[in-house]
Amino acid sequence: MSSALLEVEGLTAGYGAAPVLHDVNLTVQPGEIVAVLGANGAGKTTLLRTLSGLVRSTGGKVVFDGVDLRGTRVEQMVRRGIGHVPEGRGVVTELTVDENLRLGGLWRKDRAEAKKALDEVYELFPPLAQRRTFAGHQLSGGERQMLALGRALVGRPRLLLLDEPSLGLAPKVTGQIMALLRDLRERTGLAVLLVEQNVRSALSIADEGVVLALGRVVVRNKAATLRDDADLRHAYLGF
Amino acid sequence: MNEFIYLTFDGLSRGAVYAAFALALVLIWRAARIVNFAQGAMAVAAVYVAYSVTNATGSYWLGFVAAIVTGLVLGVTVERVVMRFVDHSSPLNGVVVALGLVLVIQGVLGIFYGNEFLPVAAPFSRDAFELGGVAVLSRYDLFVFVAVGAVVAALTLLFTRTPVGLRMRAAAFAPDVSRLLGVSVGGMLTLGWALAAAVGSLAGMLVVPTELGLHPTAMDVVFISAFTAAVVGGLDSPIGAVVGGLIVGLLLSYVSGYVEPTVAPMAVLLLLVVVLLGKPGGLFSSSKARVA
Amino acid sequence: MTDIKQKQKSGAPVPDLAAPVSARRRRIPAILVIVAGAALVLALTYMLPPFRNYQLATVGAYLCVTAGLTVLTGLNGQLSLGHGALMATGAYTLALAQNKWLNLPFSFLLAIVVTTAVGAVIGLAAARLRGPYLAGLTLAVAIVVPSVTSTFDETFNSDQGLSVVLDPPPGTIPMERWQAWLCWAGALVTVLALVLLVRGRFGRDMRAVRDDETAAKLAGINVARTQVLAFVVSAACAGLAGALFAFLAQSVSPGAFPLTLSLFLVMAIVIGGLGSLFGALWGALLLVILPTLSQSLAEEAGSHRLEGNLALVVFGVVLVVVMLAAPGGLASIRFTRLFRRNR
Repeated sequence: MSSALLEVEGLTAGYGAAPVLHDVNLTVQPGEIVAVLGANGAGKTTLLRTLSGLVRSTGGKVVFDGVDLRGTRVEQMVRRGIGHVPEGRGVVTELTVDENLRLGGLWRKDRAEAKKALDEVYELFPPLAQRRTFAGHQLSGGERQMLALGRALVGRPRLLLLDEPSLGLAPKVTGQIMALLRDLRERTGLAVLLVEQNVRSALSIADEGVVLALGRVVVRNKAATLRDDADLRHAYLGF
Repeated sequence: MNEFIYLTFDGLSRGAVYAAFALALVLIWRAARIVNFAQGAMAVAAVYVAYSVTNATGSYWLGFVAAIVTGLVLGVTVERVVMRFVDHSSPLNGVVVALGLVLVIQGVLGIFYGNEFLPVAAPFSRDAFELGGVAVLSRYDLFVFVAVGAVVAALTLLFTRTPVGLRMRAAAFAPDVSRLLGVSVGGMLTLGWALAAAVGSLAGMLVVPTELGLHPTAMDVVFISAFTAAVVGGLDSPIGAVVGGLIVGLLLSYVSGYVEPTVAPMAVLLLLVVVLLGKPGGLFSSSKARVA
Repeated sequence: MTDIKQKQKSGAPVPDLAAPVSARRRRIPAILVIVAGAALVLALTYMLPPFRNYQLATVGAYLCVTAGLTVLTGLNGQLSLGHGALMATGAYTLALAQNKWLNLPFSFLLAIVVTTAVGAVIGLAAARLRGPYLAGLTLAVAIVVPSVTSTFDETFNSDQGLSVVLDPPPGTIPMERWQAWLCWAGALVTVLALVLLVRGRFGRDMRAVRDDETAAKLAGINVARTQVLAFVVSAACAGLAGALFAFLAQSVSPGAFPLTLSLFLVMAIVIGGLGSLFGALWGALLLVILPTLSQSLAEEAGSHRLEGNLALVVFGVVLVVVMLAAPGGLASIRFTRLFRRNR
């Protein structure tokens, strides 16, 4: 038996009658960063939404930490150790920075533990600490991404599902976020399933890359290999 | 001048009740994007239960508690059994279903209690005591202010200071994100309906002794006033609902006092039309026309 | 616009008014259906006993208003809870005019004109409102307007209401048969007018506005005018219905037009299948049959509290169940899902 943190086998899912994902297989080891790449409409976001239960799977198996996730409700995922930063970040713009962050730890019964996790996130993102009372809609794009990321980290996940963190951000900010992910992985053993359009920066930190096309996995390989194989890059990644 | 002072206090007392009722509408609107047209009927049902309990036990306060509990139970039932299954793709669906509930509740009440006006006594004297020769407030008015004030304060604390309040707000603003963060959005929705219906029941308990009496349709006109109050305040804003309630209360009181009591409902209708056409987002908003 | 037309062509039998008239029945001129209906009603009035004739007349009167509401809500997407109040307007106008001039055709005409004018005022406001806001405003109208009668009690005689003076029916025609004839004449003319109206450009505009306001605007449709017009048309229908009710009851009082009447009307068109004129007929039938049934049930049970109230419960339960099971109303279960998709 492998010791994979997340094992996806033959996953099929979609909205209504038409399936978006066909027979998707992938694994994420503890502390591993796996980049999910592919064109618009390839099913990357749907993959993450299916893993966290927002989209119902129609076939296949998802095993997280040895537990089959079928039938697990969305609300339970965070308790299992899966954090999902959705497409568009999902900052609740009507709430303050502090409220958004506290929301990430509300599921914990242990209040002291939640407080500790919150303080750690504030330490990790000093700009958020300076803007505790700002409403979500007052933040810049980069700050919102920090907030969304920080909010997921307050839950101390073992696996982070991260949907397009670089979208709409300046390259410099994107670089900061990628560096942060690498750092977190090293310090805490956080595993990340990273959906990205920005292939270069995703592959720069990923251990492994999975390329989706029309809902199927077409390539699964080491990130370094993907980076170096010009033919693969041209065929699927467009650079 | 004396009359003006009296009418002002009278209006504020009425307005406090409308504020509570409008607050109930706003609570559900924020949580579920439904204007609960069955709020009035639900509140009347709660007051009928209170009437039975008070008659059986002789205690107003037992009846009062029974009304609030009935409100909570009704709120949960309506959300869990009916509203949860409404197709929300058109806002008309929720409205029509709520109207169906109005018919059911009013019919059931009529079957059990009959369609005669039942007299309901106020727990405190409604005679105004005088201040410097001017009739100002009655004990009952004070009771209304205290009760509504307590509800407003409790709700404010709940929403701004407690984890449950934070969950409720998050669930209303961003349901999917909240679920990902472990918030039971369905549970928060049910809680919202329960709270709103309980507040509505309180408003019903407060207003019925000041009206003709208890009747299955007793809250129809009150509902219109409260709806107007909520719209004046902007449907989304609890503070707006309170201010709107007081405005409507004062308007009703002045029109009844200076013009004619029978004209008062028309004044409310006029205010509703003016606000809807002039500032459809409510007096405190800067947004444009309401389309949902 | 073209795509809406195509939908109708390809989308087989469609129950929304696009349908009864377009897809299958287009080849049968509406006038034939109306003439057949008139013949049927005429035959029925000679076969039925007086009380049944009276009920038949009531169905006709209800059909006027449910048909108008169907056009407003089903085809234009505006929900009005105020049509009970508009019926009251028509009824009081007829009563006042009749008691003053005793000229029935003129009184009917005046009732329709006055109600249309009132409807235009509400419609102007309504055209700017959507969803719960429109529902709330019209609900306020339904609740508040009857109170006018106690404000101007010299004219309207407050809660007592007015009685309506009528000439006896011509010749030896029994009163009930005469009532059934007039009510159904009104209903059939209303339906014919509505069919012609919605088959034309106006109907097309209304459906376009209901389906997508922005698209309609881009296609050059004056959205506000279409909505006001729809409201005015349905108000005229309500005015005629109200006048017919006054004529039927030979009296008017605020108690005859409670909020529940407006809610019943909504129920009738929802259950009939929003947007179908045949649905409006089913709705009108239900409005007469359900209360009669619950009335006889109540009498059997010997409980006077059940009277009236049982009908409320039945109506309410049916309305909720239909809305949860099929938001397009019963007709949508039978025919197609087009309407559901539109909402």
